[in-house]
Amino acid sequence: LYYQVLNFAMIVSSALMIWKGLIVVTGSESPIVVVLSGSMEPAFHRGDLLFLTNFHNDPIRAGEIVVFKVEGRDIPIVHRVIKIHEKENGDIKFLTKGDNNEVDDRGLYKEGQNWLEKKDVVGRARGFLPYVGMVTIIMNDYPKFKVCV
Amino acid sequence: LRKNVEDFTGPRERSDLGFVTFDITADILNGKKCIFDWNVKQLFVYLSVEYSTKNNALNQVVLWDKVILRGDNPRLYLKDMKSKYLFFDDGNGLKGNKNITFTLSWNVVPNAGILPLVTGSGHVSVPFPDTYETTKSY
Repeated sequence: LYYQVLNFAMIVSSALMIWKGLIVVTGSESPIVVVLSGSMEPAFHRGDLLFLTNFHNDPIRAGEIVVFKVEGRDIPIVHRVIKIHEKENGDIKFLTKGDNNEVDDRGLYKEGQNWLEKKDVVGRARGFLPYVGMVTIIMNDYPKFKVCV
Repeated sequence: LRKNVEDFTGPRERSDLGFVTFDITADILNGKKCIFDWNVKQLFVYLSVEYSTKNNALNQVVLWDKVILRGDNPRLYLKDMKSKYLFFDDGNGLKGNKNITFTLSWNVVPNAGILPLVTGSGHVSVPFPDTYETTKSY
């Protein structure tokens, strides 16, 4: 029994190390996310898996797909950047919209908030795998993967 | 890749609003072969406009976008299109702006894998007029 427990602990800590390593390498607090809604169809569907990076020096440009969190809310949202206004010193404010939505995301932002800032960004979508995330939607209790698109 | 644009600015409370009509003739290829290979699910094409103002060193606004699914023709031949989204500036930087650059870009969405963003070669730069239009309807 001792060895079984040790074995199990090894597996769990390896998984944790890989996950934490991924967080460091990509620079994002949540480098793998699951798409939960259809607001980015037909590109991403419910159950797709997205891989993110969040390098500080990567500029935010119109057309990029970013994952952001609205201040005060825990749920990250994955949409496309449609407008940016950047000052010379690098301060940037930007607007997002889901490809499949009729209107931009202003309705999702905080009361009175019209723009997002760099600090709201969790990461940029770099790659994706279809359907793989369905597992977590079914299980529905993994806090690491809880993402709303 | 060619775009022709006609534009004028309209006054709004505090921010400039630009009105643009454009034509797009484009053929989206991947080198010499068809861009829709086995791993391309769709293309998300968008027309974005980039310019500098006194307020902001860099501004980019997406004016129009379209999804091209695998199986559709990756050629665009559009005339007299109006922008899909309102072209607001953050301030009054459109009036008299000499250099508004239009570029066509697209997001290649694979069936699985990396999501590259490609910018088309060729762009069009247009100056905006010095005065506001109050009578034209859009």
